[in-house]
Amino acid sequence: MAKAKSAYSIPGKKGKLDTHIIVVWVDNEAGVLARVVGLFSGRGYNIESLAVAEVDPKLNISRITIVTTGTPQVIEQIKLQLKKLIPVHKVADFMRNDKKVIFKEMALFKVVGNNSKRKKALNACKKYNAIILDKTNKSCVIQITAMRREIDLMAKNLKRLGLVSLSRTGAVAMTRGADTFR
Amino acid sequence: MSKLYSGAEIVFKCLEDQGVDTIFGYPGGAVLPIYDELKNFSSVKHYLVRHEQGAGHAAEGYARSSGKPGVALVTSGPGATNIVTALTDAYMDSVPIVCISGQVPTHLIGTDAFQEADTTGITRPCTKHNWLVKDVKNLAKVIHRAFEVATTGRPGPVLIDIPKDVQFQKTSYTKYKKQKKLNGKTKNNFNQAEIDELIKLMSNSSKPIFYTGGGVINSGPKASTLLRELVYATGFPITSTLQGLGAFPGNDNQFIGMLGMHGTYEANNAMHDCDLMINVGARFDDRITGKIDEFSPKSKKVHIDIDPSSINKNVKVDLPIVGDVNDVINAILKTIKKKKPNFGKSNKQKISKWWEKIEKWRSVRSLDYINSEETIKPQYAVQRLYELTKDKDTFITTEVGQHQMWAAQHYKFDKPNRWMTSGGLGTMGYGLPAAIGVQVAHPSKLVVDIAGEASVLMTMQEMSTAVQYSLPIKIFILNNEYMGMVRQWQELLHDKNYSESYTAALPDFVKLAEAYGCVGIRASTPEELDDKIIEMLNTERPVIFDCRVDKIENCFPMIPSGKPHNQMLLGPKDQKDNKITGKGKTLV
Repeated sequence: MAKAKSAYSIPGKKGKLDTHIIVVWVDNEAGVLARVVGLFSGRGYNIESLAVAEVDPKLNISRITIVTTGTPQVIEQIKLQLKKLIPVHKVADFMRNDKKVIFKEMALFKVVGNNSKRKKALNACKKYNAIILDKTNKSCVIQITAMRREIDLMAKNLKRLGLVSLSRTGAVAMTRGADTFR
Repeated sequence: MSKLYSGAEIVFKCLEDQGVDTIFGYPGGAVLPIYDELKNFSSVKHYLVRHEQGAGHAAEGYARSSGKPGVALVTSGPGATNIVTALTDAYMDSVPIVCISGQVPTHLIGTDAFQEADTTGITRPCTKHNWLVKDVKNLAKVIHRAFEVATTGRPGPVLIDIPKDVQFQKTSYTKYKKQKKLNGKTKNNFNQAEIDELIKLMSNSSKPIFYTGGGVINSGPKASTLLRELVYATGFPITSTLQGLGAFPGNDNQFIGMLGMHGTYEANNAMHDCDLMINVGARFDDRITGKIDEFSPKSKKVHIDIDPSSINKNVKVDLPIVGDVNDVINAILKTIKKKKPNFGKSNKQKISKWWEKIEKWRSVRSLDYINSEETIKPQYAVQRLYELTKDKDTFITTEVGQHQMWAAQHYKFDKPNRWMTSGGLGTMGYGLPAAIGVQVAHPSKLVVDIAGEASVLMTMQEMSTAVQYSLPIKIFILNNEYMGMVRQWQELLHDKNYSESYTAALPDFVKLAEAYGCVGIRASTPEELDDKIIEMLNTERPVIFDCRVDKIENCFPMIPSGKPHNQMLLGPKDQKDNKITGKGKTLV
């Protein structure tokens, strides 16, 4: 074994990383997002994407959806640490491949090019609920809603069809069926 | 219409309603309205410190020795940033602190105004929660909530930032009624089935151990009483973390000493070899576990903790029990009495072999050191201090370093709340201001800060506070002119390259004491040590005691880096006796 030149222990084995979607219901007050995000950065957790907006203006509740990766132990810590924050009401955790949960992200593509290229671009987007939001004789803005990897793929494919600008949201999640998360 | 109060008045109304009679603070531009009101509230006594960090540590000492929350009052900007170390310290060691800070007026926030700092932003990661109060109507609610958050669940520091204009604004105040149902964040969340499971594990175990921590102290004095009852009822050995010392009597035979990096040989080996580990209010800190992959490989682990996020954080456990230590032990005792009234007797035979093994480890006498007739050994100094003060109800604080470990090893505590030390954060400079807070909470008791000369210089200015309020704290400096623990690590890990760990210029501590208006005493030989300590104890004023100790003594036993519990490095005596000096060194 190598001679450890530290007063701290050497790192142990790293576990397998899983992708999870964590949904947090919080009081919509000043600094609440900083508390949640600060917890992730302060403890060295990952944030792959983040979506946040108020969902109940009467009770001032915001819903934060965070896509993160970590070992099962880290994911457990993330949930428990989040629950300790004073403005946090509840925390839900879904595996990315959970069939009972819908995950969606939205992306806006600006495509600049001739008519045939724009048409091809639109066609390529069709299976992802494509909507044209703006159109000129040189360009168009297409909105799609899809999974993360699908959007990644579309962004790659549209490059040769004149994609000049891409804007996308973090994932949002909702359970299927009549039940809601308590 | 009800009477209107200014924000500043409301601060004190709230403090009165919360039963606060002591605050530590330092005035400044952004808290002047609050300081102006001080004269109208005679029930609240203010202690003027010399630096805001001192206010924070004093509040910590006050809180840890009394069980009540400590309150600090500081100004905006530098006032708030100066107390950040103390807040972080309190956060790591779960000490309830309420810090009230002034802020620039609301219309100036964000303009880089004079003495403006983003206080809530800076203190967000080092408090349980913090608030910026922008409307005086919310002030009372926020302050009461702050006390609730600080003192319930796992305790910790909170901060309330009050802009200066809010301190002037007026509103009505309704008297606060304590709600029965407190902060729902962390509460008891265990059931009888878990307790039954624990008792089953306890009856099946032949090599059990209790591993207790600061959670027992934080749970209140009753928890310590119950813990003793439980340990006596089971006959199990018990070891304690640094923060848990005093929950169980240090001189009891069932107590096998502190565990961890500088814990005893018997405690660490018992932790490694046990088949059942019952963690009561401790958190598997890295100074305790050593190499995590080889931490106590053969044991079932039970973890009793009020904070669910402590469970499985560092070490995976088999049976988590989330709840207040006091309530959990109470439930365990009740169940034992009901279902296994003869637990102790029936168990004695089963664990007798285990005790034999522990006695064998104990016979190594890992805390022994080679004493000297010429120089004062630091361990000897702590032992003499203990022998000469053990009959008094003594409160000990420490700084951080070798002296802290020697104090933990050689001073035996038999009551909770008598031992105040910075464990999690390891804050040099903690002990002196903490001693001030302890002395304020216990005016007639003996309070000793076992210090190192390097640490104590970090907050030495607070001697002036002690003199101002006639607080007869005793600063017992183990002076070896080195940052001893740094030097020890450099010796063991960095080929004796003593880079910047020697303080080539130190003040004359006796003259320094005189300059502060207190008493300076120096002891240089073992022969005169007792007399000088007695002289210190008989002095009714604050004392700085310059105890000149062996300059190169190291703190043993020690778990070297990256090693499990059963590969301890023993002291020079053992190394000489067993001729493993060379091998012992390569172990590191």
